Amino acid sequence: MKRNDFLSHVAWTGSGIAYALSGAGIFTGRALADAAPATQFVQISDSHIGFHQAANPDVSATLKASVDAINAMAVQPKFVVHTGDITHLSTQQQFDDARAILSQLRAPLIALPGEHDVLGSDFKTYRANFGIKDAEDGGWASWDDGGVHYIVLINVFNFEKMGLMGSDQLAWLKKDLQSQYQQTPIVVFTHVPLYALFPQWGWTTQDGASALAMLAGFDHVTILNGHIHQIVTHVDGNIHFASANATAYPQLRPGTAPNPGPLTLPPDQLLHAIGYRTVRLDSGVAGIEEHPLG
Amino acid sequence: MKQIFLSLALVLVTVHLHNDAYMPQTVTIHPGDSVRFINDDDDAHTVTSTDGWFDSKGLDTNGTWVHTFLKAGVYRYFCELHPFMKGTVIVKGVHA
Repeated sequence: MKRNDFLSHVAWTGSGIAYALSGAGIFTGRALADAAPATQFVQISDSHIGFHQAANPDVSATLKASVDAINAMAVQPKFVVHTGDITHLSTQQQFDDARAILSQLRAPLIALPGEHDVLGSDFKTYRANFGIKDAEDGGWASWDDGGVHYIVLINVFNFEKMGLMGSDQLAWLKKDLQSQYQQTPIVVFTHVPLYALFPQWGWTTQDGASALAMLAGFDHVTILNGHIHQIVTHVDGNIHFASANATAYPQLRPGTAPNPGPLTLPPDQLLHAIGYRTVRLDSGVAGIEEHPLG
Repeated sequence: MKQIFLSLALVLVTVHLHNDAYMPQTVTIHPGDSVRFINDDDDAHTVTSTDGWFDSKGLDTNGTWVHTFLKAGVYRYFCELHPFMKGTVIVKGVHA
């Protein structure tokens, strides 16, 4: 979809992310207070509403703290994107609880599912709660705004095979990108990393390389994901990757233990390891600023 | 009138979901036996058949799910949330 008023069609409610593509370099943090007018959008991720273990006994409170902080931004972002795992077990009660908090966002919300949101391959329940209104049948979508082309990709099904986008979605992506200029900044949202960040823990997308090959020809591509509950950046040519912190709890650094699992930190340290990020897009490259809750 | 009697499963094998692994990873049972899956982890897991035969859906911490296997065969399963977790139930011959 290509329309300037896309947000009015896709957003479920309103909240924002602050993103900036500047011409200088990617992921150069900027003082948000000074840069507030240029804030584009906000990313939050991995709220796991329903989780109640030691790593974070009150995930609703930390999601609400994120929402409150975003709402307090002097200049509201164009939108807030939630990059998946809104719930822990895909139950209707968890969707209801999440919606009660996320509906408080002042800026429009765009959400994509994580594997925790579609347990039993139940995409119907997810879509009824948080689906993008004008998305393709498979849930993926794109829109243009402010000279930037935004794309939502879904890579949380067929998880037995480490997550597959599938041929239909890849064919759609190829067609979608054909209408874009090489110089157009492109921002892609996914849940699972599109590249092989750490396949041993399922932190990869089996057919992600096909999507990356399509994106490689563009001058400025930023791919933002969740899933791994920690900030990891990676650069491959003109493609810049940045995994986000969760609003719920952190996970171990890849390869530092036999398995990922929720990481339980001392209570005074948890808030430093979770939060949201703001993103600015000026002239091609994304500037990201992380906002831990503590 | 022909009457069919179904005996209750008497054998119950337990598989623990522990540290992102099924323990034991492979169990061998007979038709009519049941397997109980217990999630010991802080994270959620599933017991999902590779071939679509069964699906526990999400198992929260301390969650338990029991499935009775009626037919002989090799049943492979995995966790929808952690695809590196894989297990097998072998159902062998008729019950003694």
